Amino acid sequence: MTESRLYALQRLSAVLMAPMVITHLITIMIAVRGGLTAEEILARTQGFSLWAVFYTFFVIAVAIHAPLGLRKILIEWMKASTRIANGIALILSLGVLALGLRAVIAVTGGGV
Amino acid sequence: MTSNHPRWSISYMAFVLHRLSGLALALFLPFHFLVLGLAIEGEAALDAMLVWTENPLVKFAEWGLVVLFGLHLMLGLRVLILEWAPWSGGLRHGWVLAGVALAMLGGFGFLAGVIG
Repeated sequence: MTESRLYALQRLSAVLMAPMVITHLITIMIAVRGGLTAEEILARTQGFSLWAVFYTFFVIAVAIHAPLGLRKILIEWMKASTRIANGIALILSLGVLALGLRAVIAVTGGGV
Repeated sequence: MTSNHPRWSISYMAFVLHRLSGLALALFLPFHFLVLGLAIEGEAALDAMLVWTENPLVKFAEWGLVVLFGLHLMLGLRVLILEWAPWSGGLRHGWVLAGVALAMLGGFGFLAGVIG
């Protein structure tokens, strides 16, 4: 994939995630009130809900966004070769996607 | 995005903070997902980990992550606006300072929730 397409993907994922990040931050502040318990978290997220859809898209977007950011840091700051940076970014992307979707299934009960 | 600004200028600090906050959040993500994934094994497994997160040191780290999350959001929006829209004048620096203030406010909101 060309640099310009990777750049576009990075920025597009950023635009999609901005409102999601605000929603997630507000959710965190509400959720921590009175301490976190599994019962409370799962009561909010279990079953078919907008949360499942929301967090599925959030995970997909972050699995694109974070590895591309890391790739830039590796190339520009760590002087890594493009090939190595691409490899590390791809591993991180697949790892985040797999672990993230597993987490969504775990807290929503697979109700996507 | 690369930065041509002199070091220690507000613009350069914003550039560095944006990258470092993103790096910290990227490294945290796998652990965050692993913890939430414990719910697959049932409520008890997730609760066991959540008890551990009541440790003040962990809460402090969580507070730091919330601040970095807000900071990365605000500095990321700055990059998008800088790249896609004509933007000049003092507001550019004002945005960075407002971003830091909002991130700290987010951190305060988190602490208020934890303590309250």
